[in-house]
Amino acid sequence: MRDNEKNSFIHRQSAHCESGGTSNILLNYGVDVSEALVFGIGAGLFFGFFPFIKMNGLPVVTFRNMPGRILKNTSKRLGIKIESYKFKNPEKSMDALDILLDKGIPVGLQAGCYWLPYFPDALRFHFNAHTLIAIGRKGDEYLISDPVFEEPVTCLRKDLMKARFSEGPFSPKGKMYCIKGIKGQVDLPRAVTKGIRETCWFMLAKNPIPLIGVRGIRYFAKRVQEWPEKYGKRRASLLLGNAIRMQEEVGTGGGGFRLMYAAFLQEAADILNKKELLDISERMTETGDKWREFALLGARICKDRSLDGDNYDNLSNVLLDCAAKEYGIYNDLRETVR
Amino acid sequence: MEKKEVPQDRGIYGKCTGICYAVDENGKYVLSPSAGWEPANIANQQAWELMEEQIAETRERVKRGELSPLAYYMARNLMDVKILAQYIGLPKWRVKRHLKPRVFRRLNPRLLERYAKLFNIKMEQLMEMH
Repeated sequence: MRDNEKNSFIHRQSAHCESGGTSNILLNYGVDVSEALVFGIGAGLFFGFFPFIKMNGLPVVTFRNMPGRILKNTSKRLGIKIESYKFKNPEKSMDALDILLDKGIPVGLQAGCYWLPYFPDALRFHFNAHTLIAIGRKGDEYLISDPVFEEPVTCLRKDLMKARFSEGPFSPKGKMYCIKGIKGQVDLPRAVTKGIRETCWFMLAKNPIPLIGVRGIRYFAKRVQEWPEKYGKRRASLLLGNAIRMQEEVGTGGGGFRLMYAAFLQEAADILNKKELLDISERMTETGDKWREFALLGARICKDRSLDGDNYDNLSNVLLDCAAKEYGIYNDLRETVR
Repeated sequence: MEKKEVPQDRGIYGKCTGICYAVDENGKYVLSPSAGWEPANIANQQAWELMEEQIAETRERVKRGELSPLAYYMARNLMDVKILAQYIGLPKWRVKRHLKPRVFRRLNPRLLERYAKLFNIKMEQLMEMH
């Protein structure tokens, strides 16, 4: 059994759990890719507004792709073989985890953060797609490298088991994964190109229901404007608060992942040796800051501390500005990797 | 966002810090610790206030005998009937019935034990609402 104190797993704190977890586990297998790089290769950047899908009674606004996609895309594009397991029986899932840990293999787990005692109380919502890496155990105490925390943390068996079998949307069903091997040489330029192409495809998608990508942002902007009239002041404020939380609270690195993506584009410029990506990265930073302006304005409205000119029309305009900026970015981005 | 502008407004993270992406003096991206940001704190607080309100309301209704203590624990654990039914492995209509005080009082102890275990409480607590 590996001793907790002597654990050799290298832990790096990151902004977001899935991309950070993937980056950390790869680093420990000798593939040094940053969180931002994983996020870009995994085509994590997204926008979706689904008024008819409700979580905790509020419509889903998301700034990233489906949970699990980043890991899948990244491993596929880097040629990394991953073995993943799901379970019906909680006890069996823990036994399987123990076997791997006792061999010294770090194991990625999907878990519901509501049941994780080491989480700050204010963030303990029922969110099922949290990623963490189990790196060792001492009897019933597990050592966890949770990517969004500064240092590795510990968690008791019964709590971890509960978190691995949380229920609701995206329920993990004991999902765990480990790395089986790396196929040949990692081809970064090819992986980066593929990641960028996928992001552009999603963000510029011309599907009949305009809920995702740049069209999704425009649709969202239109809806935001209608909120106060349609739902009244209180409900409108709750809807707005929900969007702000999705954008800023859940480990996005700021600006609904836009700043993380800008960091990715800087790295991509080096990897692909394309100077124009630096320019696009700067524009992405501006867009991220614009999104943060939306959160700032929105929070003032929520708190009833509005200054002159703070209203839902204004918010809608900020969003339209974001949409316009992003539309230009993805079009140019698509040209550079064509 | 520039590195020197990374907000440090303590709130949702408690004693922990999160990571923000920001650019340094040379325009290069760096990972920068952040204690939190006021707009996110406000939005988080608002979400909690709503939940506290719902919990208090349920509590009152349990006290008045309109709902069983199960309803209180469900609210306190931020669940609704759908998610509670999934956890306990019963159809929704049965869990809904258990929210009636009359039905709840006569529940099988084994089932009560399952509820108590889910909420991490003792069976006596589940019966009483503490």
